[in-house]
Parts: sequence; C-alpha cells; structure tokens
Amino acid sequence: MGSPPHFYRFAGRWLPWLTGIFAIFLIVGLYGGLVMAPPDYQQGESYRIIFVHVPAAWMSMFIYMVMASCGIIVLVWRMKMAEIVLISSAPVGASFTFLALVTGSLWGKPMWGTYWVWDARLTSELILLFLYLGVLGLYGAIDDKRVAGRAVAILAIVGMVNIPIIHYSVDWWNSLHQTASLTKFEKPSMPPSMYVPILIMALAFKIYFVLALFQRVRAELLYRERNSRWVEELVQS
Amino acid sequence: MKRLSLSQAFWFLLRRDLLLGFRNRSELANPLLFFVLVITLFPLAVGAEPNLLARISPGIIWVAALLASMLSLDAIFRSDFEDGTLEQMLLSAHPVPVLVLAKVTAHWLVTGLPLLMVAPMLAMMLGLDESAYGILLLTILLGTPVLSLIGSIGVALTIGLRKGGIILSLLVLPLYVPVLIFAASAVDVSSVGLDAGAQIKMLMAFLFLALSLSPVATAAALRMSMS
Repeated sequence: MGSPPHFYRFAGRWLPWLTGIFAIFLIVGLYGGLVMAPPDYQQGESYRIIFVHVPAAWMSMFIYMVMASCGIIVLVWRMKMAEIVLISSAPVGASFTFLALVTGSLWGKPMWGTYWVWDARLTSELILLFLYLGVLGLYGAIDDKRVAGRAVAILAIVGMVNIPIIHYSVDWWNSLHQTASLTKFEKPSMPPSMYVPILIMALAFKIYFVLALFQRVRAELLYRERNSRWVEELVQS
Repeated sequence: MKRLSLSQAFWFLLRRDLLLGFRNRSELANPLLFFVLVITLFPLAVGAEPNLLARISPGIIWVAALLASMLSLDAIFRSDFEDGTLEQMLLSAHPVPVLVLAKVTAHWLVTGLPLLMVAPMLAMMLGLDESAYGILLLTILLGTPVLSLIGSIGVALTIGLRKGGIILSLLVLPLYVPVLIFAASAVDVSSVGLDAGAQIKMLMAFLFLALSLSPVATAAALRMSMS
C-alpha cells in the first residue's frame, strides 16, 4: 500500500464499488430516517435533521483522529502515503465539521429560537473547524510539499493533544456562563426505529469519507509524482 | 575549547537572548504599547459606562494580553533564523528542546513579564474591582508563559515562510482558547468576591503541561523547518 502506483490502481478499482455501497447505505439511511422513523413526541418533524447532524459531527472528530494517526506515522516512519492521506483528509473533515455546524444551527432555530447559541458543543465544533482550517492553511502556505506534509503532521498531533483540553474547557465555560432559561437539549432514549437510521447514516458517511479520500489521494498522487514514469505511462495509455 | 554542560548552555542562551532583548528596546516596548492601545480601543468602541467596563474588563485585558503575546511571537526565532544561529543551535550537541525552552523563557521575560507591570494600571482605568488585582496578576504570571510556549510551536512551523504572520495566528489562536477561558474566568469570579482557586489550579496544570510537551513539539517543528 505504500507505493504510489499500487495505491493509485488499488483505489481506482475500489471506487465504483464504494460509490455503489455508499449510495445504498445513503438511500436506506435517509429513507429510514426521513420516512420510516416516527416523529418525535416533543420536537415533531424538525428533529429529523439529526440523521445528518449527528453522523456529521461524529465524522468531524473521527477524521481529525485519522489525521493525527497519519501524523504519527509521518513523523515516525516518514511514509509518503501517510502524508498524502493526512492532507487529503483535511478538506473532507473540514466539510463535515461545517456541515455539522450548519445543520446544528438550523436545528437550533426551531429548538432554541435562534440560529446560534454559544452552546458548548457548537462552540467546540467551531474551534475544531478552525483547527482544520489551520492545517489546510499551513499546508497551502509551504511551497515544498514534502516539508509541508511534515509540518501539518506536527500540527495535527499538537491539535490532537489539545482537542480534549479545548473540549472540556469549553464545556466548563459553558456550564458557568449559560443562562438558566436555555435548557440544553437532553437526548431522550431513542427507539430502534430512530437510532438504526442514525447508525446506517454514520456508516454511509464513513464510506463517503473513504470514497472522497481515495479520489483526493489519487489526484494528489498524480500531482506529486507528475515526473515519474508510472504517471507518464498512465497518461499515454 | 571547553564543552558546555547542559545547564551552562541553558543559562548562556538565556542570558544572550535577554541581552539581545534589552539592547533592542523597541522589541521590549512594542508588545507593551500594543497591549495598552488595544485596551484603550475598547472604551472608545463600547462606551465609557463604568459598570459595563468593569463587568467586561477581565475579558478585555485577557484578549489584549493574548493578542500582544501572539504578535510578539515571531521574534522568538526570527533573527536567529535569518543569521544562521538557529541552524547552529540545532547542530549543537545539546538536546534541542532544552535550548528551545531557554529561548522561550527569555522571550517571555522580555515580552510577557512587562505586561504584569502595566496590567494593574489598566485594570484601574477600566474600573476592575480592586479585590481581583491579585488574581489578575497571578493569571498573567501563569497564563502568558503558556501562550509563549504554545506559540513557539506555531512560530517554529511557520519560520521558513516569508508571510507567516496571518497563518501563525490561524494556527495558534484556537490553541489559546483554554488559557483564555480559565484566566478570564478567574479574574471574573474574583472580582465578584468568589474563590478562583479552581481556575488558578487549571492554569497551573496548563503551564506544566505546556512546559513539558511544547518544547519537544517546537524542536521537531524547527528541525522540519530547517530541512
């Protein structure tokens, strides 16, 4: 898997399969969530955004962990593929974080009566988005992409150490500052007809991440290896 | 030539950087001036109503301290990077994290510590309750070294870039959030007469964590930047 031409072909073979599996999971998950699941007894239909919101929020944290793990591999073993996976994950992770923020704020409108509250989860999600943008910004700013790969590896690991600290600080800050009128949304224990679609959607998003990652990695590989023989052969064939 | 022991190297580097800092007075004065200026802007922007200012003064002082500390970060490694001293430091026989710690300590003594001296005056001008002065100074004493330590990682990552300034703030500011939360909150609760012990202990924990981990990350980042 470490060799670029091998990974390029491997990812290429898997792409159509992944796309198919993703489509099936997405359709089943959305149908289960938007049609089959019963409306919530308190929130009515508006709760249905959780079928996108919750999996997106999970993905935003999961992808950062993928990045930090790649960062450790980059620093310890100097693997070129890990660098590429790291930086190709960042835009996908940032998008999921953004999606979680947008859906959260859309959900906040009927729930809290406003698009944005300085809720602990929203705030730490926003800071997570800034961390992603920092990784992307640093990678873009360094011209030598080998150096840039190692720089973002260090940054991803530093971010990983800080994420729990930031998360708990924001939690604590929030419990101190939040006004009493604003009751945090307590998750009721859900019936299976609600949580099964969430799990299916989470799987669909995971597969989408792999799908998007493979495509980005392939593009990045072609760019980085543009002077190598295998790319030349690929272009000519 | 006699070889320096590790502690000698540490003190030597610290003294050298302090000397350089004091010879170059503007470097010493600029963060301080910036700190005062930013705080002056707030009453002009939100109005000079004493109750309001007193209420938000912990936050104002801490945001200003954070910005002043961030803007002075670049000086930690900049001149050494440009004249090649940094490269020699990395090639020396001593562990780089210890040398990094010496440089960050010197930088904090030159740019962070002076904030302590003007903070009470600014707190008085903003009408912060007098009972909170002690805690304010304590938070600055504990918090600004953490800012310098975290910031040194960001500087080390961006030192090779010609326009590293804006990207540096993008990297560093999200990591400053916990310090800001606990420091401002400590001042805030002590200004209404409550005990700020928990927040101070958290700041101490941050300081020790940053002291032990960030020089390692900074050293790795410097190696990366010099390669």
